Amino acid sequence: MTVHNLYIFDRNGSCLHYGEWNRKKQAGISKEEEFKLMYGMLFSIRSFCSKMSPLDMKDGFLTFQTSKYKLHYYETATGIKIIMNTDLGVPNARDILHQIYSTLYVEYIVKNPLCVLGEQLSSDIFSTRLDLYIRALPFFSPRAA
Amino acid sequence: MSRQSNRTTDSKKMNSELFTLTYGALVTQLCKDYENDEEVNKQLDKMGYNIGVRLIEDFLARSSVGRCQDFRETADVIAKVAFKMYLGITPSVTNWSPAGDELSLILESNPLVDFVELPDNHSSLVYSNLLCGVLRGALEMVQMAVDVKFAQDTLRGDNVTEIRMKFIKRMEENLPAGDE
Repeated sequence: MTVHNLYIFDRNGSCLHYGEWNRKKQAGISKEEEFKLMYGMLFSIRSFCSKMSPLDMKDGFLTFQTSKYKLHYYETATGIKIIMNTDLGVPNARDILHQIYSTLYVEYIVKNPLCVLGEQLSSDIFSTRLDLYIRALPFFSPRAA
Repeated sequence: MSRQSNRTTDSKKMNSELFTLTYGALVTQLCKDYENDEEVNKQLDKMGYNIGVRLIEDFLARSSVGRCQDFRETADVIAKVAFKMYLGITPSVTNWSPAGDELSLILESNPLVDFVELPDNHSSLVYSNLLCGVLRGALEMVQMAVDVKFAQDTLRGDNVTEIRMKFIKRMEENLPAGDE
């Protein structure tokens, strides 16, 4: 089991942070292009899910998986979106993404007056802590499977 | 840092007198810096707004409140969860307009004004106007445009403090321009 990469988008669709761990194959397009595609796909899939839903739903779209990877999606009411790609063995990661939001994003970005909201995150402490957090996850190690 | 650590959810204790006095010092300084009360009110609102847009993230991180279904639920959460969390009071939600888009938050006591008397030459100062800005900023971040103002204030001799809040519109999230 392992973590491939992680995106954080704000409500306007700009990518605030991108982190990469065990990603062996790149998409072959520029990162900007990739962020745009990712956000566009999420935007469509979200509106599709809420249109198809037989009941009014609160959380909406949570995750999808292919034969090779699993995408975990977490969105706050303020429109911050955290996306984590992992391999298939990883169980529900909602709590983890919520933790990343509440203990890392809010603590180190929102509460830091020098971090302008809606701009690419430049805080070193945030990146370091996020990296440590991901590496400490029980399913991070590729050999744990 | 362990995954189980959940320190953001416990509320930190803080001396309420220090808080009240700090806010007082802030308003006093603004009164010195700006000529008239209107300008001070505006500055307080602006500061509150900037606090609100960040405070909402903290609120969402600490409470497990999800997206509200309607304005009534929002008002309930503001009164029962948010005010409780940040000011330690629970205002009552009343005076709904027939259309359900306007309401009043009645504050029995306002911790911001514990030691305050308004001098005669500041009769149009809205001392706690910061709160209006906070509410406006926080709700704007969850796609709700609202208008907030003080309707009654104990500092001006009213029996209670009343914050009047009007729902204007829901802001839709759009795809960034130029994306297909």
